[in-house]
Amino acid sequence: MSSLLTIAGYGLREALRRKVFAVVLLLTVAFLTLFWLGVHFLYENLGNVGPPVGVDARTFVGATVFGLAMFGTLFLGTVLAIFLTLGVVCGDAERGLLQPLVVRPLGRTTLLFARWLGAAAVCAPYVGAVYVATMLITGLTGHWWPDHLVVPGVELAAAVSLIAGLSILGSVFLTSTANGIAVFMLFGAGLVAGLLGTIGHGLNSHTLERAAKIAAYIIPFEGLYQDALRELVSKTTGLTGFLLELGPFGGGYTGGPWVRVWAGAYFVILAALAAVGFSRRDL
Amino acid sequence: MNALDVRGLTKLYGSITALSGVDLAVGEGELVGLLGPNGAGKSTLVKIACGLVRQTRGTAEVRGHRAGSLQARRSLGYLAELFRFPGWYSADELLELHQRLTGSTGGSGERIELLELVGLLEARDRRVETMSKGMQQRLGVAQALIGSPPLLLLDEPTSALDPVGRRTVRGLLERLRERGISVLLNSHLLSEIELVCDRVVILLDGRVVSEGSPAELARPRGVEIETDDGTQLVEGVAREDVPRLVAEAVAAGRKVYGVRVLTSTLEDTYIEAVGGTTS
Repeated sequence: MSSLLTIAGYGLREALRRKVFAVVLLLTVAFLTLFWLGVHFLYENLGNVGPPVGVDARTFVGATVFGLAMFGTLFLGTVLAIFLTLGVVCGDAERGLLQPLVVRPLGRTTLLFARWLGAAAVCAPYVGAVYVATMLITGLTGHWWPDHLVVPGVELAAAVSLIAGLSILGSVFLTSTANGIAVFMLFGAGLVAGLLGTIGHGLNSHTLERAAKIAAYIIPFEGLYQDALRELVSKTTGLTGFLLELGPFGGGYTGGPWVRVWAGAYFVILAALAAVGFSRRDL
Repeated sequence: MNALDVRGLTKLYGSITALSGVDLAVGEGELVGLLGPNGAGKSTLVKIACGLVRQTRGTAEVRGHRAGSLQARRSLGYLAELFRFPGWYSADELLELHQRLTGSTGGSGERIELLELVGLLEARDRRVETMSKGMQQRLGVAQALIGSPPLLLLDEPTSALDPVGRRTVRGLLERLRERGISVLLNSHLLSEIELVCDRVVILLDGRVVSEGSPAELARPRGVEIETDDGTQLVEGVAREDVPRLVAEAVAAGRKVYGVRVLTSTLEDTYIEAVGGTTS
């Protein structure tokens, strides 16, 4: 346990010192400022919105802009998670940083798990903080609050932690650059699958919907994100709820408890694959 | 029990044979030098011993424990040929990190002692990123010594050091020997190996081609006699022949001013063993 915490602290300290962390913080400030401006003007002009009968404009705008903010949060969290972990094994081994640690009497699995813990300890609170900030901006400016306040934020943080795990698994087999590209492409694939699913939902295409759901299970960080969107407006009914499900940002239709259970199982599989791969790797 | 015991060690990287049936032992308190041209398999051997690389065949044991096992890693300190420490750590913080990882209870006393040993006590609070390569290498030696491991595996520990730094490390190795610590020293610097090692192992193409103490490996090259007739080299004779050669010279009416027994250097032996191979 002591070694685990030592390495996790090492990873945490490394993460906080890296330039990418400072860059993400700057981007976050810019993002939150722009978001506040956007929300402010949107609600200022809410009176000019003439929604169809049966649609609550305040809820529709609030859920949509907050859904957009959640996408931005996920994206920034993903950038942070990937850049903090893309070189944990191959990258650090090439630079000679890993060998002095691996020869110490701690298991390789412990080392990997500790590195994930260190990255998650940065990324998850970051995502949580941005989620709360955007929720406060939306709620205090537009007087609209999500149906569930906590669960969507926890799911976003879990999604980013999962991406960190995926990136660490990739780092066992790929060089830093190749790993970064691969994980970003997976993130992009998830995004496209989610959008296709939304289009399928709007067009009533069960094939597209099914394909998107399969994709959400193959890359469950996307499933968690979709479920977080769903949780935002899960108690919103009628035409407003239906329109929000058409998305792309306001609501979601994929998710439920199984996605969460599967995400947990998926992490265990990732961890096992990474541990086996790392144990067989010559450094 | 040997500190390191390697039997029939073979390592294949795809179709490339890095090690081919190597047998090697490092006894308790013994300082063994590992020599060989680039690509001979020296670093691979050291990496297998500390569990960074898995062997294809054969066995490697550290104090009776399988190399790479937790027990084996508890018994060794390692300095890699190519290593880097996180730049934001100070020398003291880095050693503290490794103390935690090894479970050393030496505290700041051990850290001060080790930094003093490698001549870095004044740089205790200096960040690694501001240190010269030589200072980092000495810091690397100090981190390898954390927890007083009974076996030290040093892969080119003096490659970035200036002559003074090399002398510091050489002195350090001699002190380690006095403390009974076993050392496997992989180095290209033959003079260094010759000066400090009890035994030398020469590797070529993944095989042991020569082994013995520096004295055993040094072959007689003859005797040089300085007389009033000039200096004469008598080949094919050894130290035992000196009294006879002097007596013969005196009997022949020569005045003998000096006699020198010539032996080959480790460099001569090395070049002979590897056949001039380099890469």
